[in-house]
Amino acid sequence: MTLFTDPFDARHRLTSGCACGRHASQADHEADPAASSEAHARGAVEGAVMRALFPHDATRRAFLTAVGAGTAFAAINALFPLATATEVFAQGLKPEKTDLKVGFIPITCATPIIMAKPMGFYEKQGLNVEVVKTAGWAVIRDKAINKEYDAAHMLSPMPLAISVGAGSNPIPWTMPAVENINGQAITLAMKHKDKRDPKDWKGMKFAVPFDYSMHNYLLRYYLAEHGVDPDKDVQIRAVPPPEMVANLRADNIDGFLAPDPVNQRAVYDGVGFIHLLSKEIWDGHPCCAFSASKQFVTEMPGTYQALLKAIIEATAFAQKPENRKQIAEAIAPTNYLNQPQTVVEQVLTGTFADGLGKVVKDPDRIAFDPFPYESFAVWILTQMKRWGQIKGDVDYAKVAKEVFLATDATKLMAEAGLTPPASTTKSFSVMGKPFDASKPAEYVESFAIRRS
Amino acid sequence: MPASLTLRAGLLSVAIFAAFIGAWYLATLPTAGSAANVDPEYAALVSGAASEGQKSAFPTPMDVGGTLWEHLKNPFYVRGANDQGVGIQLAYSLGRVLVGYGLAALVAIPLGFLIGMSPLVYRALDPFIQILKPISPLAWMPLALYTIKDSGISAVFVIFICSLWPMLINTAFGVASVRKEWLNVAATLEVGPLRKAFMVILPAAAPTIMTGMRISIGIAWLVIVAAEMLVGGTGIGYFVWNEWNNLSIGNIITAILLIGLVGMALDLALARTARLVAYRE
Repeated sequence: MTLFTDPFDARHRLTSGCACGRHASQADHEADPAASSEAHARGAVEGAVMRALFPHDATRRAFLTAVGAGTAFAAINALFPLATATEVFAQGLKPEKTDLKVGFIPITCATPIIMAKPMGFYEKQGLNVEVVKTAGWAVIRDKAINKEYDAAHMLSPMPLAISVGAGSNPIPWTMPAVENINGQAITLAMKHKDKRDPKDWKGMKFAVPFDYSMHNYLLRYYLAEHGVDPDKDVQIRAVPPPEMVANLRADNIDGFLAPDPVNQRAVYDGVGFIHLLSKEIWDGHPCCAFSASKQFVTEMPGTYQALLKAIIEATAFAQKPENRKQIAEAIAPTNYLNQPQTVVEQVLTGTFADGLGKVVKDPDRIAFDPFPYESFAVWILTQMKRWGQIKGDVDYAKVAKEVFLATDATKLMAEAGLTPPASTTKSFSVMGKPFDASKPAEYVESFAIRRS
Repeated sequence: MPASLTLRAGLLSVAIFAAFIGAWYLATLPTAGSAANVDPEYAALVSGAASEGQKSAFPTPMDVGGTLWEHLKNPFYVRGANDQGVGIQLAYSLGRVLVGYGLAALVAIPLGFLIGMSPLVYRALDPFIQILKPISPLAWMPLALYTIKDSGISAVFVIFICSLWPMLINTAFGVASVRKEWLNVAATLEVGPLRKAFMVILPAAAPTIMTGMRISIGIAWLVIVAAEMLVGGTGIGYFVWNEWNNLSIGNIITAILLIGLVGMALDLALARTARLVAYRE
């Protein structure tokens, strides 16, 4: 059941055909003027109370058919001041704290988090956010855990890793929104411009931003699909994105699967060329994420909601191609990405130099979609399992649900006037191989090259 | 009559500097490019060197001079939390160094004094000091971040822990090697222990203590740049990291120059102080 299913309706089907879940079909949804944010909020609060009283669909149905929806509503209203609760929710909770610090790594994945500052998205929600540039993923993790940051830009596998305790002590962490999809690339040093077949890459040294990153999993996946064992045939090391071009230039590494603008910067400086955009491995893969500790989410729901709303709106703004140039101008200065504006612009607009003398036009090079599909989390967990980062049995679905807060994103997307997806899972395929989120263990087993 | 040594040394310094700049200038002379057959649309998207199939070049002395002037002209600007003038960054770094170093001095000098007065404690603590002394500051950083849970205090802690040892060892050594005759004279005159410590041992050990302090300030200044590159946020180390991120060699050279100048100033200040407590036997 989605959040907007009306649990006072005994006849309501458990699967629904529209985005908000209150209508039989998408057409009904669009025709209904009551599908406004206020009506949504009321429905959501009443629904939450009803669902709390009757956690099982069958019991609730029985109760409703026995007494009727009106009686049920009145009975519950007597016990619980629904009107007050609805009002508080519709106004939006007041942020408990308005001066916030949000950490980011200077890469284009962080676009929504960064641009929300100069373009006033935080201000609109009544927040005074300081966005702080941070040196690397381990530092951003430690600063976020130490509560120096209220929320932080992380790689989407990191909240999962922190929650299951891989690479740090287990701390309940959440990922309320994805920032970008696609937007990464494999860049190789100029001297390898004739070695375009991964089978020739044995013995090379590659860099990825962090062990717990989509980059690591995508590069490993890509290599393994071409028969190259990522642990035995090549060396993969973690290098913070800002240091990658310097290392490529110094010949310390042969290539990297990195976030932008690192790839484009290597091209700009004549150090490397773009071998492959990550969208060609998995079109629509998540990359970076907006994350916060579970403690922050539960102790400061108002602040959390305002912050997430700002991020979701910024993400929606960034998704529109016509805004991309303006965003590049806002985030390129020293205070944020500290890159030449043309580099950022090439990444965001998708009209870019490939490093081999060609101008490539691919408007989907990077896209922004905040929705944290639970199936993404399950895929990431399967790869953690595949490469031995997590040992033992994993309850894939449970961890995914606890960390990727798809329900909150659904609610706030609707409030921001966006259309949230109908389901919290999404099917996709990686390099032509379909992924079924309901059979994660079998998926791990299906790979020839794996460490578990 | 030959010119004074100072004058000749000065002239030689100028000559070495000129030769260095000259060599740098020659090494960074632009090579003749073959930009003829490059697609102009492509060339617009990459840097000049890359459009000619080369890596971007090292900046010339003039470029770096220009960058340096830009920074010195306006050292205290604030364009947001992550972009502040080089003067402000240096002030942040100096602040951290002085706090860390000051705390280290407060701990090391009294402690070194006690250790130096007791041969037993000196011997007992020696292995610990010897093991802790050579640890790189950056090795402390993850531990500090993990336990202290605050990056600003962690940076100060790293300064503290690294500038502690030279001061501690030198103080202990200076106190332990006060001449026996002086102590005997003090004993003959029945001087009290406190008076002995302040009137005899402290002045006698002062030059050695100052040497330790001078070594420590040098180390502290070395460490701060590395520590700030790691934790980021503010400070001259962060400035270097941020410009490395942008591959802006001109800015990095500027920062290196300023780091050197500030380090020299700190060392000179302590050398002056050391002269005040020096004595001739």
